[in-house]
Amino acid sequence: MPYLGGEETVRELRRALSNPNVQSDQLRYRNTILKVIRAMSQGVDMSGLFSEMVKACATVDVVQKKLVYVFLCSYAALNPELSLLVINTLRKDCQDPNPMVRSLALRNMTNLRLPSLVEYVEQPLAAGLRDRAACVRRVAVLGWAKLHNLQASSEIDAAVVNELYSLLRDPDPVVMVNCLRALEEILKDEGGVAINKPITHHLLNRLKECDIWGQCQVLRVLQRYRPQSEDELFDILSLLDASLVSPHPPIMAATLSLFLSLCSGQPAVSLAALERVRGPLLAACGSGSREMRFTALCHIQLLLRSIPGLMGAHYKRFFCGYAEPAYIKQRKMQVLVELVNDENVAMLLDELKGYCTDVNAETAQAAITAIGRIGRSYSDRCLEILTGLLGLKQDHITSAVVQTMRDLVWVCPQCSDTVCFALEGCEETLQDSQGRQALLWLLGVYGERVSSAPYTLEVFIDGVRSEASLGVKMELLTATMRLFLCRPAETQDMLGRLLHYCIEEETDMCVRDQALLYYRLLHCGIEETRKVLQGRRSDPSLGVLIGRPAEPVSQWARSFNTLEPLRQGSIETESVSRGSPEHTMFDPKPNADLSNTLDCSRIEKVHSDGDGRCSDSSADILASSVAAPLSLSLFPALSPEEFERLWLQQLALHAEQEEAGKEDFVWMEECVRCPTIPRCSPQSLQAAMQLVNIQTLAFTPPQTLPWRVYLYTHTCLDDAPHSTLILGELLYTGEEPQKAEVHKGSADGGVGAEGIEDEQARQGMEATADGGQEAVKVTLRQQPRDDKALKGFLSILTTVLHTLSSERA
Amino acid sequence: MISQIFILSSKGDHLIYKDFRGESGGDAVGVFYEKVTALTGDQPPVVMSHKGLHFVHVRQGGLYWVATTTADSSPFTIIEFLNRLSALVKDYCGSLSEKSVQMNFALIYELLDEAVDYGYIQTTSSDVLKNFIQTEAVSSRPFSLFDLSNVGLFGAETQQSKVAPSSAATRPIQSSREQGGKSEIFVDVIERMSVVIGSNGMLMKADVEGEIRVKCYLPNCSEMRIGLNEEFSIGKSQLRGYGAAVRVDEVSFHQMVRLDEFDSHRILRLCPSQGEQMVMQYQLSDDLPSAPPFRLFPTIERDSGGRLLMYLKLRCDLPPKSLSQELSSPDQSAELKPQSRAVVWKIPRFTGGMQLSALFKLEVPGLSSASLLEVGPVGLSFELPKLTATGLQIRFLRLSPVQPGPSQRWVRYVTHSDSYTIRI
Repeated sequence: MPYLGGEETVRELRRALSNPNVQSDQLRYRNTILKVIRAMSQGVDMSGLFSEMVKACATVDVVQKKLVYVFLCSYAALNPELSLLVINTLRKDCQDPNPMVRSLALRNMTNLRLPSLVEYVEQPLAAGLRDRAACVRRVAVLGWAKLHNLQASSEIDAAVVNELYSLLRDPDPVVMVNCLRALEEILKDEGGVAINKPITHHLLNRLKECDIWGQCQVLRVLQRYRPQSEDELFDILSLLDASLVSPHPPIMAATLSLFLSLCSGQPAVSLAALERVRGPLLAACGSGSREMRFTALCHIQLLLRSIPGLMGAHYKRFFCGYAEPAYIKQRKMQVLVELVNDENVAMLLDELKGYCTDVNAETAQAAITAIGRIGRSYSDRCLEILTGLLGLKQDHITSAVVQTMRDLVWVCPQCSDTVCFALEGCEETLQDSQGRQALLWLLGVYGERVSSAPYTLEVFIDGVRSEASLGVKMELLTATMRLFLCRPAETQDMLGRLLHYCIEEETDMCVRDQALLYYRLLHCGIEETRKVLQGRRSDPSLGVLIGRPAEPVSQWARSFNTLEPLRQGSIETESVSRGSPEHTMFDPKPNADLSNTLDCSRIEKVHSDGDGRCSDSSADILASSVAAPLSLSLFPALSPEEFERLWLQQLALHAEQEEAGKEDFVWMEECVRCPTIPRCSPQSLQAAMQLVNIQTLAFTPPQTLPWRVYLYTHTCLDDAPHSTLILGELLYTGEEPQKAEVHKGSADGGVGAEGIEDEQARQGMEATADGGQEAVKVTLRQQPRDDKALKGFLSILTTVLHTLSSERA
Repeated sequence: MISQIFILSSKGDHLIYKDFRGESGGDAVGVFYEKVTALTGDQPPVVMSHKGLHFVHVRQGGLYWVATTTADSSPFTIIEFLNRLSALVKDYCGSLSEKSVQMNFALIYELLDEAVDYGYIQTTSSDVLKNFIQTEAVSSRPFSLFDLSNVGLFGAETQQSKVAPSSAATRPIQSSREQGGKSEIFVDVIERMSVVIGSNGMLMKADVEGEIRVKCYLPNCSEMRIGLNEEFSIGKSQLRGYGAAVRVDEVSFHQMVRLDEFDSHRILRLCPSQGEQMVMQYQLSDDLPSAPPFRLFPTIERDSGGRLLMYLKLRCDLPPKSLSQELSSPDQSAELKPQSRAVVWKIPRFTGGMQLSALFKLEVPGLSSASLLEVGPVGLSFELPKLTATGLQIRFLRLSPVQPGPSQRWVRYVTHSDSYTIRI
């Protein structure tokens, strides 16, 4: 492109424009104007030529007129006085016999956007509404909207509004749609154009005459309509059924939006509509335009939130194309994860495995993350793939795999053995800070099972001087501390070195404070340190949520067919880098609805990298003192007979034991409010319990009273020398329960202040909650006694019960 | 509702800028380009936001077509409109490139002015627009003597060439009116295949997305009838005739297509408007009538010198002579692209039934046996002219009223590879 701009060009063009020879030769005149516009659209300031261009406006050549108007509309705001000169020409053009000239003049008159000209514009606009030619009426109708927005304070004449309403019956469909648009803008304060029954039916009847843009507009406006009867509603729905499966994605989307808002009270109809758009949406997913594909994919994700199985049979349509852009590939993988089931899991994993070696590192990471997500349900197959990927020794792949494993272990603790085994030797390939943080976290938490853990950490500690990442240093401190607790002999020396370096030489405040904190903690004694540092290793209760319950359509209906779903993904892909999993859950929230926590976890993850780090770590410490690092197991198995023997024996001994004060075991009673649990099917209850390693032994059938469930598990606390056996009974009598009581043999030394407060809070809540008759009484028996483990178990059990009951609700 | 529309070249030059509502002041174009360039990689997300400005863009012809809008507007509508706009520009300017947009900027401003008013889309139908558009297109191709090749002596049509010149369909629609150009009509059957073949040679996925497009340069054409194969059937249950069934899963038609003869005779009736339009779209999944066109037999190993050996044997399973009759040895080329870590093997012409093999030796630093797992998949991109994967054919093409003078009707078939992946 030649270099344009500057005074020189402007001066030259001005000379040409005012040259009478040029002016008399139409072609030359037009070409000069073309040059002006070209320079203008390239960003050169041409406002100096305004008066010359105003003169050029008075011509019979329509092309030249159009060009000049493009110029005038761009610069009118800078030259309000000179613009007054144009008005005369424009008003004259409004009388022109040629409708094209009339509409052109009218449109540009309103496009000048000068409040000072309003008085001159109103009269031609009013005349334009009654023009014979439809193209003039189209422009005039929108002109009133422009005028209104130009001076929002002044009221538009009520007569004009009435005229616009009557123009809804104009024979030209574009005029009708423009009337809707104009009224929407003019009456914005009153909530837009009035949508009553006659208008609605009129619009619906004329829908077929409009082109796709008009149809979309009408469908959108109709969203405000509320049918008066069910019959009317279904009449409208059947009228619109053809649009719902339209081959034009905009119409399909607008119609579905309308369906969802009309049927907000009838979930079954909404779901049927979703089924119906499956075909058109899938077709849009295969559209030739990449952007359209992407849009359709994003909206399919919305639909899947309510009908997870909607696309199950069509999973192959979401396989990534070879040359598709990364943003589409990543979306497709997110969809694929949702579609996994027993039949297709092998095919899906095979396909995803192929993407893990994608040239684009982000796509590869997304594929690995996707495999990790599937691993929550099919851990063995996925771990096999992930372990295989480590063999490639590619730094970005290894990093993504280690991060994925960390997240997987957090949810499925049963994977930890495989993961610990796979970790050996990873540190050589890891380059980026995110991957190394994940490795350090795993080494800290599972250090006793990775034989080379101290040596790996030593390499990190030796290199800490040259370490640039704040996150890695913080994670290194915590990991070394944790490892020290379980393997003191090997770690003591290097921990000393690390603390010394961090306290004496480190310049970053966060790291230094953390190190000082740990140092002081060690002074308090090893038991205290253990209590603070050994937070929980996993959150198995999250695992229950793999088969996410279907969300009601109303949750996302409002964001359907807006830019919202297209934007969310950009946040999600950014969250590829994130902190440790425990940071996402620093509040154990025993009573919170878990589906909420899952949703917000993403956002919290984003917050927790970078500077939010320090506060997270302290929260982490807090959290670990509340929730015991507890894992449950089913082994050794307990036969029903044995269970019965133990249960009855202890029941009989219960009273004596309490008097004797000899603590071999403990009883505990607690009420958990989970109203729908007794109506749960035994299968789902059993499945949910088994996910967290609680075995249910006996049930009464659902809906019977009193309803009972017997269950047992073994707990093993990290720091406890031996495991304890917990037997439990869930009892639901259907009557008012007695106030929750806790029988405890002795003063609870181990539970700590938070535990008591928690207890009191819960009791208080129980008492205030109106009609707490929906509570299930939980009786637990533990042997040998370990308050901490019992508490942890109770919180897991409560979570499971709450999750189950919220699913039922 | 659209606030602004602008077209940027891939280098960020402002080609077209139009502000419809004058609400979002400031340098939106600059902000957009900054956001695009700030991202790594060549694939900025479709929707980007900056302080209440929402940019939606599509890439067509190497250009950014951008609209700024409010958060609650429909992405389907805006993306469809931008695609439609680029198609219109292509129709009016003949081709879509930075150069053609630059040369025809006055025409594009005019188009935008008529298509959108105050941010509301008014019309995109070329039938309506042609009444309003006054500016003539400037063809970006320089005048060339070669263009006259099929014009005989004294300007008479020779009628000898049975193949339309490839440039025939890339010309502005309006020139036919002014220059008395040829009145021609093109009916294109375009299919896009996406295939995944597993490492064991099993067909894991095969999808075909097809469309019939009509590109019309006829000044007046009241009706045209397109006859498809008689045995064309839709869905699984419905089988027609005794010949090899031509089956698709789903079909959708443009709203102007009349289907009264479709059920009985498989005839589409429509009145084409000038320019290009999609008449019919169809899909077929997982059930191709014939074997996939290409098969690959790869051998990947490590030689004693630590080099990676890739021995690829590629076979085309199409019937012989279905592609081209020329049997001249294809001048292939191969190139290593370190940027994308890929070997590109180019085969200009590949006849049905032919088999080609290639041996690539790659020096890879630090090659281990595990690295072999990292090789692959192979992606094929190809274009098969005169062939449809579904077997869809056009039996006849009739225009009424019968066109006076030398009108020409062209039917073209082509199958593209949308994504043809062979796992190793």
